[in-house]
Amino acid sequence: MAKGTDFDVGYVSKLARLNLTDEETRLFQKQLADVLKYAEKLREIDVGNVEAAAHGVPMFNVFREDEPCDWFTAEEALSNAPHKANQLFIVTKVVE
Amino acid sequence: MSRSDLPALTIADLQSLLRRKEVSPREVLESLRARIEQVEPKIEAYLSIDFDAALKEAEKVDVNLPLGGVPIAVKDIINVAGQPCTCGSKILGNYRSPYDATVIERLRAMGAIPFGKTNMDEFAMGSSTENSSVKVTRNPWDLSRVPGGSSGGSAAAVAADAAFAGLGTDTGGSIRQPASLSGVVGVKPSYGRVSRFGLTAFASSLDQVGPLTKTVRDAAMIMKAMAGHDRHDSTSLPDPVPDYVNNLGRDLKGVRLGVPKEYRVEGIDPQVSSAVNAAIKQLESLGAEIVHLSLPHTDYGIAVYYFLATAEASANLARFDGVRYGYRAKDTKDLLDHYGRTREEGFGEEVKRRIILGTYVLSSGYYDAFYVRAQKVRELIRQDFVKAFEKCDAIVSPTSPEPAFKLGERTANPLAMYLADIFTNTANLAGICGISVPCGFAKVNGSQLPIGLQILAKPLDEPQIFQIAHAYEQSTDWHKAKPQIWTFG
Repeated sequence: MAKGTDFDVGYVSKLARLNLTDEETRLFQKQLADVLKYAEKLREIDVGNVEAAAHGVPMFNVFREDEPCDWFTAEEALSNAPHKANQLFIVTKVVE
Repeated sequence: MSRSDLPALTIADLQSLLRRKEVSPREVLESLRARIEQVEPKIEAYLSIDFDAALKEAEKVDVNLPLGGVPIAVKDIINVAGQPCTCGSKILGNYRSPYDATVIERLRAMGAIPFGKTNMDEFAMGSSTENSSVKVTRNPWDLSRVPGGSSGGSAAAVAADAAFAGLGTDTGGSIRQPASLSGVVGVKPSYGRVSRFGLTAFASSLDQVGPLTKTVRDAAMIMKAMAGHDRHDSTSLPDPVPDYVNNLGRDLKGVRLGVPKEYRVEGIDPQVSSAVNAAIKQLESLGAEIVHLSLPHTDYGIAVYYFLATAEASANLARFDGVRYGYRAKDTKDLLDHYGRTREEGFGEEVKRRIILGTYVLSSGYYDAFYVRAQKVRELIRQDFVKAFEKCDAIVSPTSPEPAFKLGERTANPLAMYLADIFTNTANLAGICGISVPCGFAKVNGSQLPIGLQILAKPLDEPQIFQIAHAYEQSTDWHKAKPQIWTFG
Protein backbone atom coordinates (compact mmCIF):
# COMPACT_ATOMS: atom_id res chain seq x y z
CA MET A 1 0.00 0.00 0.00
CA ALA A 2 1.37 3.38 -0.95
CA LYS A 3 2.33 5.83 1.74
CA GLY A 4 0.40 9.02 2.36
CA THR A 5 3.50 11.00 1.38
CA ASP A 6 2.96 10.13 -2.32
CA PHE A 7 -0.28 11.97 -2.08
CA ASP A 8 -0.30 15.25 -4.07
CA VAL A 9 -3.56 17.18 -3.79
CA GLY A 10 -2.60 19.55 -6.60
CA TYR A 11 -2.16 16.70 -9.07
CA VAL A 12 -5.31 14.85 -7.96
CA SER A 13 -7.42 18.00 -8.27
CA LYS A 14 -6.48 18.15 -11.96
CA LEU A 15 -7.60 14.54 -12.43
CA ALA A 16 -10.87 15.40 -10.66
CA ARG A 17 -11.49 18.51 -12.80
CA LEU A 18 -11.86 20.40 -9.55
CA ASN A 19 -9.95 23.65 -9.02
CA LEU A 20 -8.87 24.31 -5.44
CA THR A 21 -7.62 27.46 -3.77
CA ASP A 22 -4.09 27.41 -2.31
CA GLU A 23 -5.59 27.34 1.14
CA GLU A 24 -7.85 24.34 0.31
CA THR A 25 -4.87 22.54 -1.24
CA ARG A 26 -2.79 23.02 1.93
CA LEU A 27 -5.69 22.07 4.22
CA PHE A 28 -6.67 18.91 2.29
CA GLN A 29 -3.03 17.86 1.95
CA LYS A 30 -2.74 17.76 5.74
CA GLN A 31 -6.20 16.43 6.60
CA LEU A 32 -6.25 13.68 3.97
CA ALA A 33 -2.69 12.63 4.86
CA ASP A 34 -4.11 12.02 8.36
CA VAL A 35 -6.96 9.96 6.90
CA LEU A 36 -4.53 7.94 4.75
CA LYS A 37 -2.33 7.36 7.80
CA TYR A 38 -5.35 6.12 9.73
CA ALA A 39 -6.24 3.81 6.82
CA GLU A 40 -2.79 2.23 6.78
CA LYS A 41 -4.22 -0.33 9.19
CA LEU A 42 -5.73 -2.04 6.12
CA ARG A 43 -2.19 -3.20 5.32
CA GLU A 44 -2.24 -5.44 8.40
CA ILE A 45 -4.76 -7.83 6.88
CA ASP A 46 -3.92 -10.78 4.67
CA VAL A 47 -6.32 -10.52 1.73
CA GLY A 48 -4.51 -13.01 -0.51
CA ASN A 49 -7.43 -15.41 -0.95
CA VAL A 50 -10.27 -12.95 -0.61
CA GLU A 51 -12.44 -11.95 -3.53
CA ALA A 52 -13.18 -8.23 -3.84
CA ALA A 53 -16.80 -7.36 -3.00
CA ALA A 54 -18.39 -4.71 -5.18
CA HIS A 55 -21.67 -5.02 -3.27
CA GLY A 56 -22.75 -6.28 0.12
CA VAL A 57 -25.45 -8.38 -1.53
CA PRO A 58 -23.92 -10.06 -4.58
CA MET A 59 -25.97 -9.76 -7.77
CA PHE A 60 -24.94 -10.71 -11.26
CA ASN A 61 -26.24 -10.30 -14.79
CA VAL A 62 -29.43 -8.34 -14.19
CA PHE A 63 -31.46 -8.12 -17.38
CA ARG A 64 -34.81 -6.69 -18.31
CA GLU A 65 -36.84 -6.38 -21.48
CA ASP A 66 -35.75 -3.46 -23.64
CA GLU A 67 -39.14 -1.85 -23.98
CA PRO A 68 -39.53 1.69 -25.27
CA CYS A 69 -41.58 4.02 -23.04
CA ASP A 70 -42.40 7.71 -22.76
CA TRP A 71 -39.75 9.70 -20.97
CA PHE A 72 -38.65 13.33 -20.87
CA THR A 73 -39.56 15.63 -23.70
CA ALA A 74 -36.72 17.80 -25.01
CA GLU A 75 -38.25 20.70 -23.10
CA GLU A 76 -38.24 18.77 -19.81
CA ALA A 77 -34.70 17.53 -20.38
CA LEU A 78 -33.59 21.13 -20.93
CA SER A 79 -35.64 22.56 -18.07
CA ASN A 80 -32.65 22.83 -15.71
CA ALA A 81 -30.02 23.76 -18.30
CA PRO A 82 -27.80 26.66 -17.22
CA HIS A 83 -27.52 27.75 -20.87
CA LYS A 84 -29.65 26.54 -23.79
CA ALA A 85 -30.77 27.55 -27.27
CA ASN A 86 -32.58 25.88 -30.20
CA GLN A 87 -33.43 22.86 -28.01
CA LEU A 88 -29.75 22.27 -27.31
CA PHE A 89 -27.40 22.57 -24.33
CA ILE A 90 -24.89 25.35 -24.96
CA VAL A 91 -21.37 24.69 -23.66
CA THR A 92 -18.07 26.53 -23.60
CA LYS A 93 -16.27 26.31 -26.94
CA VAL A 94 -14.62 22.88 -27.25
CA VAL A 95 -12.85 23.09 -30.65
CA GLU A 96 -10.73 25.90 -32.04
CA MET B 1 -58.49 16.74 20.59
CA SER B 2 -57.57 20.28 19.58
CA ARG B 3 -56.30 20.86 16.03
CA SER B 4 -52.99 22.13 17.39
CA ASP B 5 -52.34 18.72 18.97
CA LEU B 6 -52.55 16.86 15.64
CA PRO B 7 -48.85 17.17 14.66
CA ALA B 8 -47.82 15.23 17.79
CA LEU B 9 -49.72 12.12 16.61
CA THR B 10 -48.17 9.00 15.17
CA ILE B 11 -49.14 8.07 11.62
CA ALA B 12 -51.16 5.15 12.95
CA ASP B 13 -53.22 7.42 15.27
CA LEU B 14 -53.56 10.15 12.65
CA GLN B 15 -54.96 7.60 10.22
CA SER B 16 -57.71 6.43 12.51
CA LEU B 17 -58.87 10.06 12.91
CA LEU B 18 -58.75 10.56 9.14
CA ARG B 19 -60.68 7.37 8.44
CA ARG B 20 -63.35 8.20 11.00
CA LYS B 21 -63.61 11.61 9.27
CA GLU B 22 -62.87 13.38 12.55
CA VAL B 23 -60.27 15.42 10.69
CA SER B 24 -59.76 16.08 7.00
CA PRO B 25 -56.44 15.81 5.15
CA ARG B 26 -56.64 19.60 4.70
CA GLU B 27 -56.97 20.17 8.45
CA VAL B 28 -53.99 17.88 9.03
CA LEU B 29 -51.88 19.92 6.64
CA GLU B 30 -53.05 23.23 8.16
CA SER B 31 -52.18 22.04 11.66
CA LEU B 32 -48.78 20.86 10.46
CA ARG B 33 -48.19 24.20 8.77
CA ALA B 34 -48.94 26.02 12.05
CA ARG B 35 -46.55 23.74 13.95
CA ILE B 36 -43.80 24.24 11.38
CA GLU B 37 -44.24 28.03 11.59
CA GLN B 38 -43.88 27.77 15.36
CA VAL B 39 -40.72 25.62 15.56
CA GLU B 40 -38.96 26.12 12.24
CA PRO B 41 -37.32 29.46 13.21
CA LYS B 42 -35.55 27.53 15.98
CA ILE B 43 -34.64 24.20 14.37
CA GLU B 44 -34.46 25.13 10.63
CA ALA B 45 -35.13 21.61 9.39
CA TYR B 46 -36.66 22.47 6.00
CA LEU B 47 -35.09 23.70 2.78
CA SER B 48 -38.38 24.11 0.87
CA ILE B 49 -42.07 23.55 1.51
CA ASP B 50 -44.87 23.48 -1.06
CA PHE B 51 -48.14 23.61 0.88
CA ASP B 52 -50.17 24.75 -2.12
CA ALA B 53 -49.33 21.62 -4.08
CA ALA B 54 -49.89 19.53 -0.94
CA LEU B 55 -53.32 21.08 -0.30
CA LYS B 56 -54.36 20.25 -3.86
CA GLU B 57 -53.37 16.64 -3.30
CA ALA B 58 -55.15 16.63 0.04
CA GLU B 59 -58.44 17.56 -1.67
CA LYS B 60 -58.52 14.38 -3.75
CA VAL B 61 -56.65 11.88 -1.55
CA ASP B 62 -58.37 8.62 -0.51
CA VAL B 63 -57.96 8.36 3.29
CA ASN B 64 -58.59 4.61 3.16
CA LEU B 65 -55.29 3.99 1.39
CA PRO B 66 -52.49 2.62 3.66
CA LEU B 67 -50.98 6.12 4.06
CA GLY B 68 -54.02 8.10 2.87
CA GLY B 69 -53.68 11.81 3.75
CA VAL B 70 -50.39 11.46 5.65
CA PRO B 71 -47.95 14.33 4.91
CA ILE B 72 -44.34 13.18 4.55
CA ALA B 73 -41.13 15.23 4.68
CA VAL B 74 -38.46 14.22 2.17
CA LYS B 75 -34.69 14.59 2.40
CA ASP B 76 -33.62 17.02 -0.30
CA ILE B 77 -31.64 14.36 -2.19
CA ILE B 78 -34.77 12.45 -3.33
CA ASN B 79 -36.54 13.78 -6.41
CA VAL B 80 -40.15 14.97 -6.01
CA ALA B 81 -41.63 16.23 -9.30
CA GLY B 82 -41.86 20.00 -9.48
CA GLN B 83 -40.03 20.58 -6.19
CA PRO B 84 -36.41 21.68 -5.72
CA CYS B 85 -33.78 18.99 -5.11
CA THR B 86 -30.68 20.85 -3.96
CA CYS B 87 -28.89 18.01 -2.15
CA GLY B 88 -27.91 20.80 0.26
CA SER B 89 -25.50 22.05 -2.41
CA LYS B 90 -24.99 25.37 -4.14
CA ILE B 91 -24.30 23.43 -7.36
CA LEU B 92 -28.00 22.40 -7.46
CA GLY B 93 -29.32 25.65 -5.99
CA ASN B 94 -31.80 26.28 -8.83
CA TYR B 95 -32.58 22.66 -9.70
CA ARG B 96 -36.20 21.51 -9.95
CA SER B 97 -36.99 17.80 -10.27
CA PRO B 98 -38.67 16.90 -13.56
CA TYR B 99 -39.80 13.53 -12.14
CA ASP B 100 -40.69 11.54 -9.02
CA ALA B 101 -38.25 9.06 -7.51
CA THR B 102 -39.72 5.53 -7.37
CA VAL B 103 -40.11 5.80 -3.58
CA ILE B 104 -42.15 9.00 -4.02
CA GLU B 105 -44.28 7.43 -6.76
CA ARG B 106 -45.02 4.49 -4.42
CA LEU B 107 -45.76 6.65 -1.38
CA ARG B 108 -48.11 8.80 -3.46
CA ALA B 109 -49.88 5.67 -4.73
CA MET B 110 -50.45 4.73 -1.06
CA GLY B 111 -51.96 8.17 -0.36
CA ALA B 112 -48.98 9.92 1.27
CA ILE B 113 -48.42 13.61 0.52
CA PRO B 114 -44.78 14.71 0.08
CA PHE B 115 -44.99 18.39 1.05
CA GLY B 116 -41.48 19.57 1.87
CA LYS B 117 -37.77 18.92 1.49
CA THR B 118 -35.46 18.67 4.47
CA ASN B 119 -31.96 19.90 5.17
CA MET B 120 -28.94 17.63 4.92
CA ASP B 121 -25.16 17.53 4.71
CA GLU B 122 -24.22 18.43 1.14
CA PHE B 123 -24.71 15.30 -1.04
CA ALA B 124 -25.25 13.35 2.23
CA MET B 125 -21.58 13.71 3.18
CA GLY B 126 -21.45 14.28 6.90
CA SER B 127 -22.71 13.27 10.33
CA SER B 128 -24.04 16.59 11.65
CA THR B 129 -25.95 18.39 8.83
CA GLU B 130 -23.43 21.23 9.27
CA ASN B 131 -22.12 20.58 5.74
CA SER B 132 -25.34 21.96 4.21
CA SER B 133 -24.51 24.91 1.98
CA VAL B 134 -27.84 26.49 2.94
CA LYS B 135 -28.25 26.52 6.71
CA VAL B 136 -27.57 24.83 10.02
CA THR B 137 -30.26 22.58 11.52
CA ARG B 138 -30.43 22.39 15.31
CA ASN B 139 -31.24 19.49 17.58
CA PRO B 140 -34.74 20.00 19.06
CA TRP B 141 -33.50 18.58 22.40
CA ASP B 142 -30.77 21.20 22.71
CA LEU B 143 -30.55 23.97 20.13
CA SER B 144 -26.80 24.39 20.66
CA ARG B 145 -26.23 20.85 19.36
CA VAL B 146 -26.31 19.04 16.01
CA PRO B 147 -29.28 16.84 15.04
CA GLY B 148 -26.86 14.29 13.55
CA GLY B 149 -26.58 13.69 9.84
CA SER B 150 -26.67 13.52 7.05
CA SER B 151 -30.48 13.17 7.26
CA GLY B 152 -30.54 15.74 10.11
CA GLY B 153 -33.40 17.82 8.69
CA SER B 154 -35.81 14.87 8.57
CA ALA B 155 -34.70 13.70 12.05
CA ALA B 156 -35.11 17.15 13.64
CA ALA B 157 -38.48 17.73 11.94
CA VAL B 158 -39.89 14.43 13.20
CA ALA B 159 -38.45 14.98 16.71
CA ALA B 160 -40.03 18.44 16.87
CA ASP B 161 -43.43 17.24 15.59
CA ALA B 162 -42.81 19.35 12.49
CA ALA B 163 -43.32 16.20 10.37
CA PHE B 164 -45.33 13.02 10.90
CA ALA B 165 -42.52 11.12 9.21
CA GLY B 166 -39.50 11.86 7.08
CA LEU B 167 -37.50 10.08 4.43
CA GLY B 168 -33.74 9.90 4.74
CA THR B 169 -30.88 8.11 3.06
CA ASP B 170 -28.26 5.96 4.77
CA THR B 171 -24.86 5.39 3.17
CA GLY B 172 -22.82 4.90 6.36
CA GLY B 173 -25.33 5.68 9.10
CA SER B 174 -27.04 8.81 7.79
CA ILE B 175 -30.52 7.66 8.89
CA ARG B 176 -29.70 5.73 12.07
CA GLN B 177 -27.23 8.23 13.57
CA PRO B 178 -29.49 11.33 13.29
CA ALA B 179 -32.43 9.21 14.49
CA SER B 180 -30.34 8.31 17.54
CA LEU B 181 -29.15 11.87 18.23
CA SER B 182 -32.63 13.36 17.73
CA GLY B 183 -34.59 10.67 19.61
CA VAL B 184 -36.63 9.14 16.79
CA VAL B 185 -36.82 5.79 14.98
CA GLY B 186 -34.71 5.37 11.83
CA VAL B 187 -34.40 2.40 9.45
CA LYS B 188 -31.67 1.50 7.01
CA PRO B 189 -33.16 -1.18 4.76
CA SER B 190 -31.09 -4.06 3.37
CA TYR B 191 -29.20 -3.08 0.25
CA GLY B 192 -31.53 -3.53 -2.72
CA ARG B 193 -34.73 -3.62 -0.66
CA VAL B 194 -35.78 -0.07 -1.63
CA SER B 195 -35.31 1.43 -5.09
CA ARG B 196 -32.61 4.06 -5.49
CA PHE B 197 -34.13 5.40 -8.73
CA GLY B 198 -34.55 9.16 -8.32
CA LEU B 199 -32.16 9.33 -5.39
CA THR B 200 -29.14 11.46 -6.26
CA ALA B 201 -26.28 8.96 -5.97
CA PHE B 202 -23.52 9.40 -3.37
CA ALA B 203 -22.04 5.87 -3.07
CA SER B 204 -24.14 3.57 -5.22
CA SER B 205 -23.14 0.28 -3.58
CA LEU B 206 -24.00 1.61 -0.10
CA ASP B 207 -26.95 4.05 -0.46
CA GLN B 208 -30.45 3.11 0.73
CA VAL B 209 -33.60 5.20 1.29
CA GLY B 210 -35.44 4.65 4.58
CA PRO B 211 -37.93 6.21 7.01
CA LEU B 212 -37.48 8.37 10.13
CA THR B 213 -40.56 8.19 12.34
CA LYS B 214 -41.95 8.56 15.86
CA THR B 215 -42.59 4.83 16.34
CA VAL B 216 -41.47 1.47 14.96
CA ARG B 217 -44.99 0.80 13.66
CA ASP B 218 -44.92 4.01 11.61
CA ALA B 219 -41.54 3.02 10.15
CA ALA B 220 -42.91 -0.41 9.21
CA MET B 221 -45.90 1.24 7.48
CA ILE B 222 -43.65 3.45 5.34
CA MET B 223 -41.28 0.59 4.53
CA LYS B 224 -44.20 -1.56 3.43
CA ALA B 225 -45.25 1.17 1.01
CA MET B 226 -41.76 1.82 -0.39
CA ALA B 227 -39.98 -1.53 -0.57
CA GLY B 228 -39.88 -3.89 -3.52
CA HIS B 229 -38.39 -4.47 -6.92
CA ASP B 230 -38.10 -1.62 -9.41
CA ARG B 231 -37.20 -2.19 -13.04
CA HIS B 232 -35.47 1.23 -13.01
CA ASP B 233 -32.91 0.07 -10.40
CA SER B 234 -30.90 -3.00 -11.45
CA THR B 235 -29.66 -3.45 -7.87
CA SER B 236 -33.17 -3.69 -6.42
CA LEU B 237 -34.03 -7.19 -5.21
CA PRO B 238 -36.92 -9.19 -6.70
CA ASP B 239 -37.86 -10.86 -3.38
CA PRO B 240 -41.48 -10.35 -2.26
CA VAL B 241 -42.05 -7.73 0.47
CA PRO B 242 -43.31 -9.22 3.76
CA ASP B 243 -46.11 -7.52 5.69
CA TYR B 244 -43.92 -5.58 8.11
CA VAL B 245 -46.91 -4.09 9.96
CA ASN B 246 -49.05 -7.15 10.61
CA ASN B 247 -46.02 -9.12 11.82
CA LEU B 248 -45.53 -6.72 14.74
CA GLY B 249 -46.48 -7.74 18.25
CA ARG B 250 -44.98 -11.21 18.52
CA ASP B 251 -42.98 -11.77 21.71
CA LEU B 252 -39.22 -12.27 21.83
CA LYS B 253 -39.14 -15.79 23.25
CA GLY B 254 -36.26 -17.69 21.68
CA VAL B 255 -34.92 -14.67 19.77
CA ARG B 256 -31.11 -14.76 19.95
CA LEU B 257 -29.46 -11.35 20.28
CA GLY B 258 -25.76 -11.05 19.49
CA VAL B 259 -23.53 -8.70 21.44
CA PRO B 260 -20.20 -8.31 19.59
CA LYS B 261 -17.17 -7.88 21.83
CA GLU B 262 -15.60 -5.47 19.30
CA TYR B 263 -18.42 -2.98 19.98
CA ARG B 264 -17.22 -2.49 23.55
CA VAL B 265 -14.55 -0.06 22.44
CA GLU B 266 -12.97 2.78 24.35
CA GLY B 267 -14.41 6.20 23.80
CA ILE B 268 -18.06 5.25 24.17
CA ASP B 269 -19.83 7.77 26.36
CA PRO B 270 -20.52 6.04 29.72
CA GLN B 271 -24.15 7.19 29.70
CA VAL B 272 -24.58 5.63 26.24
CA SER B 273 -23.03 2.36 27.46
CA SER B 274 -25.25 2.16 30.50
CA ALA B 275 -28.43 2.98 28.53
CA VAL B 276 -27.61 0.31 25.94
CA ASN B 277 -26.74 -2.25 28.64
CA ALA B 278 -30.06 -1.53 30.34
CA ALA B 279 -31.83 -1.95 26.98
CA ILE B 280 -30.15 -5.34 26.48
CA LYS B 281 -31.34 -6.41 29.98
CA GLN B 282 -34.82 -5.23 29.06
CA LEU B 283 -34.75 -7.30 25.86
CA GLU B 284 -33.65 -10.31 27.93
CA SER B 285 -36.58 -9.78 30.28
CA LEU B 286 -38.84 -9.87 27.21
CA GLY B 287 -37.59 -13.36 26.40
CA ALA B 288 -34.55 -12.77 24.21
CA GLU B 289 -31.37 -14.80 24.74
CA ILE B 290 -28.03 -13.00 24.70
CA VAL B 291 -25.22 -14.50 22.61
CA HIS B 292 -21.70 -13.11 22.93
CA LEU B 293 -19.89 -13.13 19.62
CA SER B 294 -17.14 -11.56 17.58
CA LEU B 295 -17.04 -9.42 14.42
CA PRO B 296 -13.25 -9.49 14.06
CA HIS B 297 -12.90 -6.97 11.20
CA THR B 298 -15.02 -4.24 12.79
CA ASP B 299 -12.01 -2.03 13.44
CA TYR B 300 -11.32 -1.74 9.68
CA GLY B 301 -14.82 -0.54 8.83
CA ILE B 302 -14.16 3.20 8.84
CA ALA B 303 -11.05 2.91 6.65
CA VAL B 304 -12.80 0.62 4.15
CA TYR B 305 -15.84 2.84 4.14
CA TYR B 306 -13.95 6.06 3.48
CA PHE B 307 -12.03 4.53 0.57
CA LEU B 308 -15.04 2.92 -1.11
CA ALA B 309 -17.58 5.67 -0.42
CA THR B 310 -15.27 8.44 -1.62
CA ALA B 311 -14.21 6.44 -4.70
CA GLU B 312 -17.84 5.92 -5.69
CA ALA B 313 -18.67 9.53 -4.86
CA SER B 314 -15.85 10.89 -7.02
CA ALA B 315 -17.31 8.96 -9.97
CA ASN B 316 -20.95 9.79 -9.21
CA LEU B 317 -20.29 13.50 -8.71
CA ALA B 318 -18.53 13.75 -12.07
CA ARG B 319 -22.02 14.38 -13.49
CA PHE B 320 -22.04 17.85 -11.91
CA ASP B 321 -20.24 19.60 -14.73
CA GLY B 322 -22.40 22.68 -15.33
CA VAL B 323 -23.71 21.48 -18.71
CA ARG B 324 -27.15 19.86 -18.33
CA TYR B 325 -28.25 21.22 -14.97
CA GLY B 326 -27.01 23.09 -11.96
CA TYR B 327 -24.60 25.91 -11.37
CA ARG B 328 -22.19 27.02 -14.10
CA ALA B 329 -19.18 29.32 -13.60
CA LYS B 330 -19.27 32.59 -15.53
CA ASP B 331 -16.98 33.60 -18.41
CA THR B 332 -15.02 30.38 -18.70
CA LYS B 333 -12.32 30.39 -21.36
CA ASP B 334 -12.27 26.71 -22.32
CA LEU B 335 -13.79 23.38 -21.28
CA LEU B 336 -11.20 22.54 -18.57
CA ASP B 337 -11.66 26.00 -17.09
CA HIS B 338 -15.45 25.47 -17.28
CA TYR B 339 -15.30 22.15 -15.36
CA GLY B 340 -12.63 23.20 -12.88
CA ARG B 341 -14.25 26.50 -11.87
CA THR B 342 -17.88 25.29 -11.99
CA ARG B 343 -17.00 22.55 -9.52
CA GLU B 344 -14.74 24.80 -7.43
CA GLU B 345 -17.50 27.38 -7.02
CA GLY B 346 -20.39 24.90 -6.79
CA PHE B 347 -19.16 22.31 -4.25
CA GLY B 348 -18.57 22.86 -0.55
CA GLU B 349 -15.48 21.92 1.42
CA GLU B 350 -16.37 18.39 2.58
CA VAL B 351 -17.56 17.37 -0.89
CA LYS B 352 -14.30 18.61 -2.40
CA ARG B 353 -12.30 16.78 0.25
CA ARG B 354 -14.07 13.51 -0.56
CA ILE B 355 -13.81 13.94 -4.33
CA ILE B 356 -10.06 14.41 -3.91
CA LEU B 357 -9.68 11.34 -1.68
CA GLY B 358 -11.89 9.22 -3.95
CA THR B 359 -10.08 10.31 -7.11
CA TYR B 360 -6.75 9.49 -5.48
CA VAL B 361 -7.96 6.05 -4.39
CA LEU B 362 -9.03 5.27 -7.98
CA SER B 363 -6.02 6.81 -9.70
CA SER B 364 -3.47 4.82 -11.67
CA GLY B 365 -0.91 3.17 -9.41
CA TYR B 366 -3.11 3.34 -6.30
CA TYR B 367 -6.26 1.54 -7.47
CA ASP B 368 -5.10 -1.94 -6.41
CA ALA B 369 -3.41 -0.78 -3.23
CA PHE B 370 -6.38 1.21 -1.96
CA TYR B 371 -9.62 0.50 -3.80
CA VAL B 372 -9.29 -3.24 -4.49
CA ARG B 373 -7.78 -3.93 -1.06
CA ALA B 374 -10.68 -2.06 0.58
CA GLN B 375 -13.15 -4.14 -1.45
CA LYS B 376 -11.47 -7.31 -0.20
CA VAL B 377 -11.64 -6.19 3.41
CA ARG B 378 -15.28 -5.30 2.73
CA GLU B 379 -15.83 -8.95 1.83
CA LEU B 380 -14.21 -10.00 5.15
CA ILE B 381 -16.55 -7.63 7.02
CA ARG B 382 -19.52 -9.11 5.16
CA GLN B 383 -18.39 -12.64 6.06
CA ASP B 384 -18.09 -11.59 9.73
CA PHE B 385 -21.82 -10.84 9.68
CA VAL B 386 -22.71 -14.01 7.75
CA LYS B 387 -20.96 -16.06 10.46
CA ALA B 388 -22.45 -13.99 13.28
CA PHE B 389 -26.00 -14.50 11.95
CA GLU B 390 -25.48 -18.27 12.14
CA LYS B 391 -25.29 -17.81 15.92
CA CYS B 392 -27.89 -15.09 16.44
CA ASP B 393 -31.02 -13.55 14.89
CA ALA B 394 -30.00 -9.94 15.40
CA ILE B 395 -27.10 -7.88 16.73
CA VAL B 396 -27.55 -5.08 19.26
CA SER B 397 -25.22 -2.12 19.89
CA PRO B 398 -25.28 1.61 20.49
CA THR B 399 -26.21 3.47 17.27
CA SER B 400 -23.72 6.25 17.99
CA PRO B 401 -20.84 6.17 20.50
CA GLU B 402 -22.07 9.42 22.04
CA PRO B 403 -25.09 11.69 22.25
CA ALA B 404 -25.46 14.86 20.14
CA PHE B 405 -22.32 16.99 20.06
CA LYS B 406 -22.11 20.79 19.98
CA LEU B 407 -22.48 22.70 16.72
CA GLY B 408 -19.03 23.55 15.35
CA GLU B 409 -17.22 21.11 17.65
CA ARG B 410 -16.08 18.69 14.92
CA THR B 411 -16.01 20.72 11.73
CA ALA B 412 -12.25 21.35 11.84
CA ASN B 413 -11.40 17.67 12.25
CA PRO B 414 -12.81 15.45 9.46
CA LEU B 415 -11.36 12.24 10.93
CA ALA B 416 -13.11 12.79 14.28
CA MET B 417 -16.36 13.37 12.38
CA TYR B 418 -15.83 10.17 10.37
CA LEU B 419 -15.44 8.17 13.60
CA ALA B 420 -19.03 9.08 14.55
CA ASP B 421 -20.06 6.24 12.19
CA ILE B 422 -18.13 3.36 13.83
CA PHE B 423 -21.23 1.33 14.77
CA THR B 424 -23.25 2.07 11.66
CA ASN B 425 -21.15 1.90 8.52
CA THR B 426 -20.28 -1.82 8.57
CA ALA B 427 -24.00 -2.52 8.01
CA ASN B 428 -23.81 -0.60 4.73
CA LEU B 429 -20.62 -2.41 3.72
CA ALA B 430 -22.28 -5.78 4.43
CA GLY B 431 -25.66 -4.87 2.87
CA ILE B 432 -27.58 -5.85 6.02
CA CYS B 433 -30.55 -3.99 7.54
CA GLY B 434 -30.62 -1.93 10.72
CA ILE B 435 -32.83 0.20 12.91
CA SER B 436 -32.19 2.78 15.62
CA VAL B 437 -34.79 3.06 18.37
CA PRO B 438 -34.75 5.48 21.36
CA CYS B 439 -33.38 3.78 24.52
CA GLY B 440 -32.81 6.56 27.02
CA PHE B 441 -31.28 9.95 27.67
CA ALA B 442 -27.88 11.30 28.65
CA LYS B 443 -27.85 14.25 31.01
CA VAL B 444 -25.26 16.74 29.80
CA ASN B 445 -25.00 20.26 31.25
CA GLY B 446 -28.69 20.40 32.08
CA SER B 447 -29.81 19.04 28.70
CA GLN B 448 -31.51 15.71 28.10
CA LEU B 449 -29.94 14.16 25.02
CA PRO B 450 -31.47 11.09 23.34
CA ILE B 451 -29.60 7.78 23.05
CA GLY B 452 -30.34 5.20 20.36
CA LEU B 453 -30.19 1.40 20.38
CA GLN B 454 -29.14 -0.14 17.08
CA ILE B 455 -30.54 -3.53 16.02
CA LEU B 456 -29.02 -5.21 12.94
CA ALA B 457 -30.22 -8.28 11.05
CA LYS B 458 -29.23 -10.20 7.95
CA PRO B 459 -30.18 -9.02 4.45
CA LEU B 460 -33.97 -8.94 3.91
CA ASP B 461 -34.68 -9.72 7.56
CA GLU B 462 -36.45 -6.39 8.19
CA PRO B 463 -39.34 -8.26 9.90
CA GLN B 464 -36.84 -9.29 12.60
CA ILE B 465 -35.59 -5.77 13.39
CA PHE B 466 -39.12 -4.37 13.34
CA GLN B 467 -40.34 -7.09 15.69
CA ILE B 468 -37.48 -6.67 18.20
CA ALA B 469 -37.54 -2.86 18.08
CA HIS B 470 -41.33 -2.79 18.46
CA ALA B 471 -41.32 -5.17 21.42
CA TYR B 472 -38.61 -3.07 23.10
CA GLU B 473 -40.32 0.24 22.33
CA GLN B 474 -43.70 -0.91 23.60
CA SER B 475 -42.13 -2.04 26.89
CA THR B 476 -40.54 1.39 27.51
CA ASP B 477 -41.66 5.05 27.53
CA TRP B 478 -38.66 6.59 25.74
CA HIS B 479 -40.58 7.15 22.50
CA LYS B 480 -43.24 9.16 24.33
CA ALA B 481 -40.82 11.85 25.53
CA LYS B 482 -40.96 15.14 23.63
CA PRO B 483 -38.37 17.94 23.47
CA GLN B 484 -39.39 21.22 25.12
CA ILE B 485 -38.22 23.44 22.29
CA TRP B 486 -39.60 26.70 23.66
CA THR B 487 -37.39 26.56 26.75
CA PHE B 488 -34.23 26.88 24.64
CA GLY B 489 -32.66 29.63 22.54
